Amino acid sequence: MDDKKRHLKNDILLVCILLAAAAAALLLPRLFRRSGADLVADVTVDGAEYARLPLSENAELEIDTDGGGTNVLVVENGEAYMKSANCANQVCVGTGRISAEGELIVCLPHKVVVTIETEG
Amino acid sequence: MKQKDNVSPARRIAVPGMLACIALILSYVEALIPFNFGIPGVKLGLANLAVVVALYLLPVGEALLVDAVKILVTGLLFGTGASLLYSLCGGLLSFAAMALSRRSKRFGCAGVSVLGGVFHNVGQLAAAAFVMGTAKIAYYGPVLLAAGVGAGLLIGLVAGRLIPLLRKASAGRR
Repeated sequence: MDDKKRHLKNDILLVCILLAAAAAALLLPRLFRRSGADLVADVTVDGAEYARLPLSENAELEIDTDGGGTNVLVVENGEAYMKSANCANQVCVGTGRISAEGELIVCLPHKVVVTIETEG
Repeated sequence: MKQKDNVSPARRIAVPGMLACIALILSYVEALIPFNFGIPGVKLGLANLAVVVALYLLPVGEALLVDAVKILVTGLLFGTGASLLYSLCGGLLSFAAMALSRRSKRFGCAGVSVLGGVFHNVGQLAAAAFVMGTAKIAYYGPVLLAAGVGAGLLIGLVAGRLIPLLRKASAGRR
């Protein structure tokens, strides 16, 4: 019985610590985030640089990857989003619009990563 | 051959096999009705209920077998080639975390399952970082950490209810 109480206490403590760590890791970078006009959408395919699009200019980029994967990235009004992708899961399309430093869109099947970075 | 715990050979085959089947059925249920948390890529991992139960009812080696069958067969049934790598990394790291935390005797079933959920996501994120060739996806770390706690807690609470019932039901039967 005593064991059970100790387990319950440890379990609750564990959940609280992990959630606090998650919240801290989520919120701390936001405090130090710079927002400005010099943001770019950095596109990498399989770890290699593919393109850098300034968020200040509207654009549409077709990203072709090995094996016939195609993603269409759109930059519009300071935001970037994946308009379409010919993959099965559509996670990247479902990610929505990103516009703040550090945010990213990932397409695992095509190994495409789009991150928002500051220029320079 | 000497039998550990005086368990009959038939039982030693039947129980892990049954738990592995339950894991597959739960995977199928989740494939039919995805429990989405509103975050792309995050899921409940209902099949891990069978793995947590196995960890408590069976010797660790047999529980690992249940987990391995779950990973490989669900990978073949519902996965795409690449998804097996993520399941393997996530599943095995999760199992290691759960087996160790159970052995430490410091946590209850919920805590063990929470650690399993968290390390499942850590393993998958590490696999993804390796495949994509970039550490940038660590951005998803905090969200996945919280999701792992949530999913692990749900699974752990259900398993915590189930395990004593299953122990009672099988008591005295060798």
